[in-house]
Amino acid sequence: MRAICLYLHMHQPVRYRQYPIFDVGNTSNYYTDDYNGRQSNQRIFNKVTEKSYRPMLELLERNLEKYPGFKVSLSITGTWLEQAQKWAPDLIDQIRRMVNTGRVEIVGETYYHSLAFFYNRDEFEDQVNLHADTVERLFGKRPRVFRNTELAYNDGLAHWAEEKGYLGILAEGWDKVLGWRSPNHVYRPAGCDNLRLLLKNYRLSDDIAFRFSDRHWQEWPLTVPKYQNWIDMDCLSGNLVNLFMDFETFGEHQWADTGIFSFMDGLIGSWLGQYENKFVTVSEACEIMEPAGEISMPDTVTWADTERDLSAWLSNEMQSTSQQYVYDMRNEILATGDQGLIADWRYLTTSDHPYSMCTKYWNDGDVHAYFSAYASPYESYMYYMNVVRDLEYRQKIIAENQ
Amino acid sequence: MLGWELPPHNSGGLGVACLNMARALSRQGIDIDFVVPYEAEHPDTKFMHVLHATHLDPIHRYGGGAYSSMEIDKKQIPSIDHPDMLSIRDIQKCYQDFVNKYLMEYKPDLVHAHDWLTYEAGVLAKKNYGIPLVAHVHATEFDRAGMRRGNPLIHEIEKEGLMMADKIIAVSESTKRIIHEKYHIPLNKIDVIYNSLDEAYYKSDYKYDDSLHKYALSLKKQGYTIISTVGRFTIQKGLDFYMNAAAKAVHKNPKLMFIFAGDGEERNHLIARSADLGISKNVIFTGFIRGRKLRDIYSVSDIFVMSSISEPFGLTALEAAHHGDALILTNQSGVSEVIWSAMKYDFWDENKLADEILSIAKNPALKNSLQNNVREEYVKISWDKIAKKCEKIYNSLKHKRYT
Repeated sequence: MRAICLYLHMHQPVRYRQYPIFDVGNTSNYYTDDYNGRQSNQRIFNKVTEKSYRPMLELLERNLEKYPGFKVSLSITGTWLEQAQKWAPDLIDQIRRMVNTGRVEIVGETYYHSLAFFYNRDEFEDQVNLHADTVERLFGKRPRVFRNTELAYNDGLAHWAEEKGYLGILAEGWDKVLGWRSPNHVYRPAGCDNLRLLLKNYRLSDDIAFRFSDRHWQEWPLTVPKYQNWIDMDCLSGNLVNLFMDFETFGEHQWADTGIFSFMDGLIGSWLGQYENKFVTVSEACEIMEPAGEISMPDTVTWADTERDLSAWLSNEMQSTSQQYVYDMRNEILATGDQGLIADWRYLTTSDHPYSMCTKYWNDGDVHAYFSAYASPYESYMYYMNVVRDLEYRQKIIAENQ
Repeated sequence: MLGWELPPHNSGGLGVACLNMARALSRQGIDIDFVVPYEAEHPDTKFMHVLHATHLDPIHRYGGGAYSSMEIDKKQIPSIDHPDMLSIRDIQKCYQDFVNKYLMEYKPDLVHAHDWLTYEAGVLAKKNYGIPLVAHVHATEFDRAGMRRGNPLIHEIEKEGLMMADKIIAVSESTKRIIHEKYHIPLNKIDVIYNSLDEAYYKSDYKYDDSLHKYALSLKKQGYTIISTVGRFTIQKGLDFYMNAAAKAVHKNPKLMFIFAGDGEERNHLIARSADLGISKNVIFTGFIRGRKLRDIYSVSDIFVMSSISEPFGLTALEAAHHGDALILTNQSGVSEVIWSAMKYDFWDENKLADEILSIAKNPALKNSLQNNVREEYVKISWDKIAKKCEKIYNSLKHKRYT
């Protein structure tokens, strides 16, 4: 038996607009930009819906109907779900239909796509629970497998997940950790008994997610037979291929005209056409496969950049001080009991915000710059801190009146 | 090379840029005769031959009084015996006569003319002697006049020089755009070569001594943030918008001190404006300064603002970065095309400028990030790289003689 575990991550942050210091204490509409503005959440959500969410969900649902053996796992952030409820509620109905087939699984994570695990354990658990409650309310099932934001993983996180009774957890299959071992097995995190660890096969995943449309890549154009041959070769060691990637790979990072949709459509049918090949969901992989060994990651590993660490989010002074500032406000914010204020504060914990303050490649104007909603890391920081100051102001007003 | 000034007899960035470029070109093995319109000593120019087109003192090179963009050329009677009465047109005439005489004797491979003041002499070289012409645009009349009409005679001279040139060097993409849009020069005739920091800055043993500036020190101890701007106070510099932004910022945070270093036709207006806005206490006018005192201004400052409505390059921003300032640049400045570690804004956006000043003053993380990152950045633009690009242009033209 050989299995593909296809896992797609769906996320949109709630972006703050270019909120000036002169608005602090006067108006608090940080998250509402003009429809055509650079940080217009509605415009961006609509755009990505048409380019990616709608066509790709349609493709997945069609294949679920066509092939009883096709399965897929999704992680969907709370900030995505909120925006879909407002601007594309039919997508949520569609995902519910897909979950009801029993062959689509929703993975657990923090509601706000935050790095709270590294700042405040209570806040982290609050956000994980809020997400699980939302998923259960919308789709009828609580997540059994966990992924942390940006696949940021270490042994401490595994211990937490084991304690909470999760079946499995996802992480990057990074060479420096694996050494000679293959990511194509289920592993047991160090010090855990019941928890299982699924590791991303980053080479095969990135062939689709990053290299697919790269005309300078010597393997371009990537075809289904070629790719399936690579999977066959990779399965010489291990029989589980974990293809983990952003949902937006399909249609947004790789545009439709690159042929990404027909490639994926073809791959699903072609894979299942071969004897003993199957798809598994994340919890199925944890249940049916025996762990091949134990893996320890004392240091945090993520799925980002060549460093595979948190440096794109938390390395420079602007990132670290602004995040610390926000997490330090937690007790005062929660004490107000004001749900609007609490939600506005929690939107600031989304990891996309410190990512947009990243300067490590800024001078080279590369991928970090491309994906940013702001003109520069410095501007992103400036407007973020203006929002923080207004939240502080609101919190003080409420506290004084209590 | 045809220029109008060289340090130490320079009034702005033009002379500094010419000297550094000539020096870096001579390191590439290029032999340069550099013509200036006055007679004076130039201590740091042994690598080339500096030729004096007239016997005038450097002080008269822009004619009687400072040259102004807003005045139509006044015809004055040329009189060598009364240099005060000379107009800039008279000096240009003498300059051309000199270049003409020089070319009767010498045959350079190429003439490289810096800015409109020398374009007529450059065109003469091409017309009469068939020598290929490179026109180097450090600024256009549109820049100097703050994108208003400017002086029609100067427009005429610029247009002819740019049309006649075999190749044009612009100091930024925005200058290239102006040359294309206003003078209808095809884009493929214009190459962009950015400027870099004066090499004298790296070499000098300058060290800031804060005991000489006790007032600045006391302001810092009281928690003040010092914001400076340096330049000619002309309409081009956008200082009116800047002053309004300063007032908005001071209204939110009174511990801001704005230093206006320089002089020019807008000075009295700016002083009055700061009083009208009620921020006289937060504004210092230093008058025209240069050399060590200028470097002290950069050193005491936390933030440097380049507020120009139009700035072909903006060398002062690199000087400020060298002295550790966080930079705020208008999107309309050439330097903002090459420097990424800076806050930017559109010259009219007073609220955004105020926001940026307030944010840097309030958040040490932002100030430190800007200051540290820009220091790593500006050193990457070197005069040697610039000279190599320039040499490439020379090589493509030097066999192109007109007879």
